[in-house]
Amino acid sequence: MDLLGHYNYYVVVVLMMIGFYAVIARGNMAKKIMGLNLFQTSAFILFISAGKILGGATPILRDGVEVYSNPLPHVLILTAIVVGVATTAVGLALAVRINEAYGSIEDDLLTEVEDADEDDEGTA
Amino acid sequence: MVAVAVVASRDLFSAAMLFAIYSLLSAALFVVLDAGDVALTEAAVGAGISTILVLAVLALAKRYEHPVKALNLPALAVVTVTGACLFWAVSDLPDFGAADNPVQTHVAPYYVNETYNDMGIPNMVAAVLASYRSIDTFGEVIVIFTAGLGVFALLSVPPKRRRRRSREDDQ
Repeated sequence: MDLLGHYNYYVVVVLMMIGFYAVIARGNMAKKIMGLNLFQTSAFILFISAGKILGGATPILRDGVEVYSNPLPHVLILTAIVVGVATTAVGLALAVRINEAYGSIEDDLLTEVEDADEDDEGTA
Repeated sequence: MVAVAVVASRDLFSAAMLFAIYSLLSAALFVVLDAGDVALTEAAVGAGISTILVLAVLALAKRYEHPVKALNLPALAVVTVTGACLFWAVSDLPDFGAADNPVQTHVAPYYVNETYNDMGIPNMVAAVLASYRSIDTFGEVIVIFTAGLGVFALLSVPPKRRRRRSREDDQ
């Protein structure tokens, strides 16, 4: 239960919460996606930390090395990074499309546009 | 610290640059944690491609973020409560870096000991990714292909036609 033994995990939690805050508190869509990426990276650090063995080496076989870190989290996170970029690309493409249709990627401005549309329908 | 700066800065261009720095720092951290392959991917993909994508969006949208209230209190409360729960959960995790952690004693020794006999290549990460779990990697390729199709479907209509159509909808 010592503090030092869990230092990596505490850093992960702090990073994750910074990203989470960016996603829910920021209105700008590009900023939201950056927050999502922050959140993602913190999860990556969590997995890689779990696979590390103190005194171990990068899992590439070579002479004179006895202890290797766990290669399985590395594989998992390699996949996750690439999939993360795919989701980022789709999210940003949606943001571009919204920007073209409504002229903004800000949440509050979009809400105003929507309200104005509803008012128009009410008068017509 | 860099992460805080990313969220705090209103200039989206500098936020994108700071995010690239953050990605490089986390790549350095992955090297320290013995994950060379992951560090390479993070540096190339996180710092490179993601930054280019964000910059491409900023070229089309406004560069400066709309001013927001300095602190969003409900959001801060939610984040604090979630963070406290996670801190509590983290205290149940085994100590960092010990060789007898459950994650190190299940199937990992098999891959460490037998990869060279099974596959004949020294890089275990590549062996697991491309040989043992190649079907999963194929699934990953399908995910990326789907994402590419999605981006294409969203952006393939030329902007002028899209705008005219939205005007017709108005009338």
